[in-house]
Amino acid sequence: MKELGDQALDHLREVAQEPDLSGTRYELGEEVARGGMGVVYSARDRELERVVALKVVAAEIADPETVARLRREARIIAHLEHPGIVPVHDVGALPDGRVFYAMKLVTGKRLDAQAREVPTLGERLRLFLRICEPVAFAHAHGVIHRDLKPQNVMVGPFGEVLVMDWGVAKHREEPPASRSGAPPTPRPASDHDTAHGTVLGTPAYMAPEQARGEVDRVDARADVYSLGAILLFLLTGQTPGRTKASPEEPTRTWAGPARPPAALPSRRLAPGLPRALEAICGKALAPDPDGRYATVDDLAADVGRFLEGERVSAYPENAWRKARRFAGRHRTAIALVVAYLVMRIVLLVVARV
Amino acid sequence: MNKPLLGLVVGGVLGIFDGLSALLSAPEVAPQIMGIVIGSTVKGMLVGAIAGFVARKVSSVAIGIAVGLAAGLLLAWLVAAMPDPATGKHYYWEIMLPGSLAGALVGWATQRYGRRPGEARG
Repeated sequence: MKELGDQALDHLREVAQEPDLSGTRYELGEEVARGGMGVVYSARDRELERVVALKVVAAEIADPETVARLRREARIIAHLEHPGIVPVHDVGALPDGRVFYAMKLVTGKRLDAQAREVPTLGERLRLFLRICEPVAFAHAHGVIHRDLKPQNVMVGPFGEVLVMDWGVAKHREEPPASRSGAPPTPRPASDHDTAHGTVLGTPAYMAPEQARGEVDRVDARADVYSLGAILLFLLTGQTPGRTKASPEEPTRTWAGPARPPAALPSRRLAPGLPRALEAICGKALAPDPDGRYATVDDLAADVGRFLEGERVSAYPENAWRKARRFAGRHRTAIALVVAYLVMRIVLLVVARV
Repeated sequence: MNKPLLGLVVGGVLGIFDGLSALLSAPEVAPQIMGIVIGSTVKGMLVGAIAGFVARKVSSVAIGIAVGLAAGLLLAWLVAAMPDPATGKHYYWEIMLPGSLAGALVGWATQRYGRRPGEARG
C-alpha cells in the first residue's frame, strides 16, 4: 500500500479539524483567526443570506471545560448590547459535540496594527476613549474583561472600535475559578490567546494581582490596569512589561512563574510624552489596585480632561504648570490679546513721536 | 449663553475698553470721549451680533476669528471715515487696527464659549 506524504497528511489533519456544519444554517468559509480556546471562521448564514463569523472550539482542545467556557463567553457577550461589543447572533453545537457561536464578522484592523496609522496625539487619545466606552459598559453590567490588549481591540474602517475576545471575562457574581494561596500555574499565551488555567489573561497587559492569581482581588480595576497598558502602548508603542511592541514582533509568551509585569518605563523612553499623560498612565498602572482609578469612567474622564486642556486628577500642578496649561488652552485668545496690546503700545509710541 | 447674545455682551465690553483706550493713543480726543465710547460700544455689539449669528451656522474657530476681524475692520473703517469734528483729522490706523483685533477676539469668544441652539446647558 502506498504511504501518504507529509503534505497530504497535514492536509487531511486540517480537513479533519474543520468544523462539520451539516445540520446547521451555516456554510463554512475560511479561517479568520485562531486562539487558545477556539478558531474563528467566516461563514455564510443561509437563512439570512449574510456572512458571519463562527467561533468554534478547536478540535484539539474540545474538552468539557473549554466547551463550557465558549458557551459562557457567548452568553456574556449576548448580554452586553453595545456598539463597541461584537453582537452574538446564535449558539449551537456541531455533530461532533463541539460548541460554536455566530457573531458579526468584523472587518478592520487590530489596534496594534492600527495604532501606527493614527498620526496625532489627540486622535490616539480619542481612540482610547472609544475603547473605554464598551469596557465601562461591561463593568456597569457586572462583567470584567480580564484580557484587554491591543490584539483584542478591532478598529473599523470608520474608526469604530470593537472590544473582542471575552473568553476569560468574569461576571462579578461568578465564583472564582481558583483561590489565592495555591501556586498559580500560568500558561503561555499565543498572539490571540487568552491563557487559561489558574491565571487568566495576557502577561504584558495583566494587572499584578491577576498575574499573582489572586482571583478574589481581581475586579474592574484589573481592566483599568490593562487599559493603562493599552494607553501606554498607544502613546509610546511600548507596554509595561516589554521594551518595544510592533505587529511584526513575536508576542512574548510567559513560561515562567506568575509575577507582576515590570514597572512603568521611565519617562525618557518617551521624551515627547506630556507629563500629565504620563501621570495618567502611571496611575492606571499602579501596582496596588487601590492606587489606580477606581473605575474606567474615572480614567476616561482624566484623559478627556487632558484633551480639553483641563487639569487631570492624576497630576498635581504647581502655579507654573497651571499657567502653562492655561496658556496652552487659551493660546488663540492670548495671542489676540497680546497682538491688541502690542498694537496699542505701537500706536501710543507713534502718537508721542 | 447663546452665541449671538454672547457676541453682543463680549463685543459691548470690548467696545467700551476699546473706546476708552483712545485716551491713550490720541489724548487730544478727550473732550469727545463719551461719544467715542458709545460709538465703540455699539460697533463692538454689532460685530458681536454678526459673529454670533455666523457662529450659529458654522462651527469653526478660524472662521469665527476671520468673520470678527472682517466685521470689525469694516465697521471701524466706516467710523474712521468720519473726520474728527474739531480737527477734521481721520484716525484710520487708530480706529481700524484695534477695531479689527477686538472683532477677532469677539469672533473667537463666540465660537469657543457660545452655546448653539439645542445644546445642553452646563
